[in-house]
Amino acid sequence: MAPRPDPAPLMTLQQELAPIAPAKLAVEEVSKTFRTGKRVVHALDRVSLQVGEGEFVCLVGPSGCGKSTLLNIIAGLERPDAGRILSGGVPVGGPGRDRMVMFQEHALFPWLDVMDNLMFGLKLKPGLKDSERREVAMYYLNLVGLERFSTANIHELSGGMKQRIALARALAPNPKVLLMDEPFAALDALTREQLYGDIQRIWLERKKTIVFVTHNVREAACLGDRVVLFSPNPGRVQEEFRVDLPRPRDINSAELAAHSTKIMRALKGHLETTEEPAE
Amino acid sequence: MKRFLTAALFFVGLLLIWQVLYSLKLWSPVLVPAPLDVARFIWDYTFNPGSAEFPNDSRWKLFRAAGITLKRLIIGYLIGLSAGVPIGMATARMRALRDTVGVLALGLQGLPSVCWVPLALLWFGQNESAMLFVVIMGTLWSVILATETGVRNVNPIYVRAAATMGSKRLHTLTRVILPASLPFIVSGMKQGWAFAWRSLMAAEIYVTILTGFGLGHLLHYGRELNAMEQVIGVMLVIVGIGVAADKILFSPWENFLHRRWGTSG
Repeated sequence: MAPRPDPAPLMTLQQELAPIAPAKLAVEEVSKTFRTGKRVVHALDRVSLQVGEGEFVCLVGPSGCGKSTLLNIIAGLERPDAGRILSGGVPVGGPGRDRMVMFQEHALFPWLDVMDNLMFGLKLKPGLKDSERREVAMYYLNLVGLERFSTANIHELSGGMKQRIALARALAPNPKVLLMDEPFAALDALTREQLYGDIQRIWLERKKTIVFVTHNVREAACLGDRVVLFSPNPGRVQEEFRVDLPRPRDINSAELAAHSTKIMRALKGHLETTEEPAE
Repeated sequence: MKRFLTAALFFVGLLLIWQVLYSLKLWSPVLVPAPLDVARFIWDYTFNPGSAEFPNDSRWKLFRAAGITLKRLIIGYLIGLSAGVPIGMATARMRALRDTVGVLALGLQGLPSVCWVPLALLWFGQNESAMLFVVIMGTLWSVILATETGVRNVNPIYVRAAATMGSKRLHTLTRVILPASLPFIVSGMKQGWAFAWRSLMAAEIYVTILTGFGLGHLLHYGRELNAMEQVIGVMLVIVGIGVAADKILFSPWENFLHRRWGTSG
């Protein structure tokens, strides 16, 4: 029998695993207000932000400054009241595989084992055969160093391992943009430091545009090419800092401390000026 | 193995106590038959083809009765389950349904399901439809309420994570919300089963269902004949079915929950 041409153009595994060009993100005049009873919270007030292709940007600020809200809006999980988001030049209308999210809670599905958690997003991605999807999943499990745990149940993993699997799951559909919402906040210091190393290595290897939300200034200085400082009530971009240190960076290094001290001073200075009138 | 031996020892002990109580003749043998009499009843009602003296072929009578009862139970239960889960999901997600069907389910779940028997008999007559109706009423409301609770307890982050991976409406419903609420649904399934089983037995004991004689009928007949070994024999079969249902229907689910969620139970 002559081989039939496949009806759908199948992607090859090599194509799927090759790093794809990261997208440029543009946040244009985005505003968002929340109403809880009588209180009105201006989470974001005409925020604009450009993130370059393959850039690692950290958003820091006190709680309530709208940084997580902005991340959700970029992800398409929430809609802005005004303004828009462009991902690779295309307006964002909802969640999409080009922008994957890693949450503070691991958000792994307990009813699936590790492998099937990675397969969840891959199965929704057309153009691949199931065997290839499994190979893709294994590739990312390898990337986070947990290939031996492909059949493990989620509750059997430690907190750090869960976040690694969550990272692998977010990377598996090969997004252009990775959005991370305080992903390491719930981990102990030692595990966190290991993950700083991992995320930098993976970022260099997989070439993603990353927006990373944190309230930990040192973490932001360690990871980001750029640190964007947000101020609350209403949520606005207050100041930006460039961190031009070679990678991989060590969170305990003195040069890094110099950067984070500078950012911390700006953060504190702003808090004092905004909180004084309240007293 | 040790666990099995412990259990075996326990039940052999129970039988021994029974035998001793029988031998002491504290009560009339009409009220307390010997264990062997009960065993003989079960044997007769399974294998005895009758004889010249008693030309009464009672082969497989017990099995047939159990089959009739189980058929009512399983068909009704499956209908209740397959209606209850989607209704529960709908009531969880739509406020209007929750305020109407949800409240109705709450009210009717509180009604002991045996209370449906008189209504069913008047509506349908002494037949299979009435029995199915009773079983469905026993199952449905528990399953609806448990599913509703389960769905409303699903961590919203699962739905958000699924959405970023490209999961939409029906996919999210069946691949995320349904499995995420499984711990609740399984406990609702167990409760529904218990309600259905009890009300079916009550109906079969107190009403002759003309379309088929189930275990309840056999039990009732044992009382009419003052045949205590039959009463106890049928009770043993009923207990056996309950245990088997637990092992076959629910243990796999519970093992799955235990394995995946790491919960004990």
